[in-house]
Amino acid sequence: MTLLALTGIRKSFGAVDVLHGVDLSVAAGEVVGLVGDNGAGKSTLMKTITGIYRADAGTIAFDGRDILQLDPGQRRELGIEMIYQDLSLAKQQDVSSNIFLGREPTRKLFGVIPGIVDKAAMDRQATKMIERLGAHLPSINRAVGSFSGGQQQTVAIARALTFNPKLVIMDEPTAALAVREVQSVLDLIRRLKSEGIAVILISHRLNDVLSVTDRIVVLRHGRADADLVTANTNMNEVVSRIVGGGDQSAAARHEQRG
Amino acid sequence: MNTQTAKPGIWAQAQRASVERLHIRLESFVVLLVLCAVMAVLSPFFLSVSNFLNILLATSTIGVLAIAATFVIGSGGLDLSLGSVMGLAGVVGAFVAVNLEAPSLVGLVACVVAGAIAGYINGQLITRAFVPAFIVTLGMLGLARGFALVISGGRVIYGLPPLMVYVGQGRPFGIPTPVIILLLTAIVAHCVLAYTRFGRHTLALGDSENAARAAGIRIERHRRTIYTLSGALAGLAGMVFMARINSGDPTAGINYELTAITAAIIGGTNLFGGRGSILGAMIGALIMGVLQNGLNLLAVQSYYQQMAIGAVLILAVFIDQYQVRKESRV
Repeated sequence: MTLLALTGIRKSFGAVDVLHGVDLSVAAGEVVGLVGDNGAGKSTLMKTITGIYRADAGTIAFDGRDILQLDPGQRRELGIEMIYQDLSLAKQQDVSSNIFLGREPTRKLFGVIPGIVDKAAMDRQATKMIERLGAHLPSINRAVGSFSGGQQQTVAIARALTFNPKLVIMDEPTAALAVREVQSVLDLIRRLKSEGIAVILISHRLNDVLSVTDRIVVLRHGRADADLVTANTNMNEVVSRIVGGGDQSAAARHEQRG
Repeated sequence: MNTQTAKPGIWAQAQRASVERLHIRLESFVVLLVLCAVMAVLSPFFLSVSNFLNILLATSTIGVLAIAATFVIGSGGLDLSLGSVMGLAGVVGAFVAVNLEAPSLVGLVACVVAGAIAGYINGQLITRAFVPAFIVTLGMLGLARGFALVISGGRVIYGLPPLMVYVGQGRPFGIPTPVIILLLTAIVAHCVLAYTRFGRHTLALGDSENAARAAGIRIERHRRTIYTLSGALAGLAGMVFMARINSGDPTAGINYELTAITAAIIGGTNLFGGRGSILGAMIGALIMGVLQNGLNLLAVQSYYQQMAIGAVLILAVFIDQYQVRKESRV
């Protein structure tokens, strides 16, 4: 079943055309790797899915529903979450404030005045979520900016998973992590898949992409240039599709070394 | 993750509890107490009930403006037009009541509405025309002040009806009305900032615009609301001040934005947004009130008082930034 379907997505910033008609589909529970050279338009494409950017042309359907006109908040409500490369955390706020930002549960004060944020419930659920991820944080009531990079990423992941998403987009989730943390992110992706959650993984680390994805889509010059089934492809092919012809074997050797 | 192996001392624990529970820096409270103690020693008049009410009266205007400053600065913005808008609001209210002979209530409401309109214009220019808040509100500082002088013909408007004067000079239960207005405004503002989604989104927006946008908060609309709110609060301050001095003075509130912003920063508002508390701003406003009152009692020339306020502002930002650098690894 197709969960997300993009057709003919175009986006330009002034005179710079970034996306020239991208087609992409993701099935429920499918893990799709999105690779491409710097400036291929990966992040721009993902931001048109989350609604941060509005596509100039094309259609986006999610769960059989046209979502092109929806704003980021409405798209999140439908179940699209993204973990940004910069994590997009509010660093002076504490853990639960970040996890529940924009979706704070409210209660009535003295049973009369509505709209009071239920911080206790937020803290409880945040603690539960962090535990479920098997992570350790010094204190849930401390500003997120005082945590280490890996701890901050845990918060960003917890934020993406707390509201039962159907699709999680991860932009370079392993780029800044130590080896052991990388493994736990890859394990997490496998777990999401087993729970029926679709994942789009953007990464420069092709070994990671090859090890967890079902399909690999190569973005090149603003188009989906190749759509490879991971089981039937290899490092060489992926690299050659990224760089687009030329001396492919040399590039592949370089990638494997690097 | 044993980052906390060393047990923090009592002072550090109290500091953290104060920041986490009350959203204020403990230091500001200590400064207020020390300042009061020093003034009490230096002047025999300081510790009298009438002087205490004097301080609260003087703080009532600055306090309302400090609430506005806390919201705006907490959201990552800036409103330099607070003092001018306050002056404009007072003149508009007096003009409506005296020159147009409208009912008192209309005159009072006109103050707040005039302020809200000025704030709304600020918000529109900042979020739709993409002129930086610093420039827009600096421009409004001139615009509002000029407009107040145009309406009043450069003269103070006298002759307010009794009900309007009561708002500034009345004493229900022995407490001056302006103090009651400040207290109610502060309680409501505190609850809004600390316990509602609107307040939390305000601080998140000031913390990281990207995070707020990604979370689905409509940040442009939110900013417009905050500037309108700030203007309305400046209007309320203008109303109180007008009623207190029993006239619409086009030069009212000159430099008040300086004092209000200082009070907000002393109260723990991060100059670059993301952190702020109304309780803290009230303590900040009291510190400014006590400072001015004390310098008055000691017969220090008002020129030096201006210098003192400016110096305190810079010092407060310095201390805050020093703390931020020490605590975070942003």
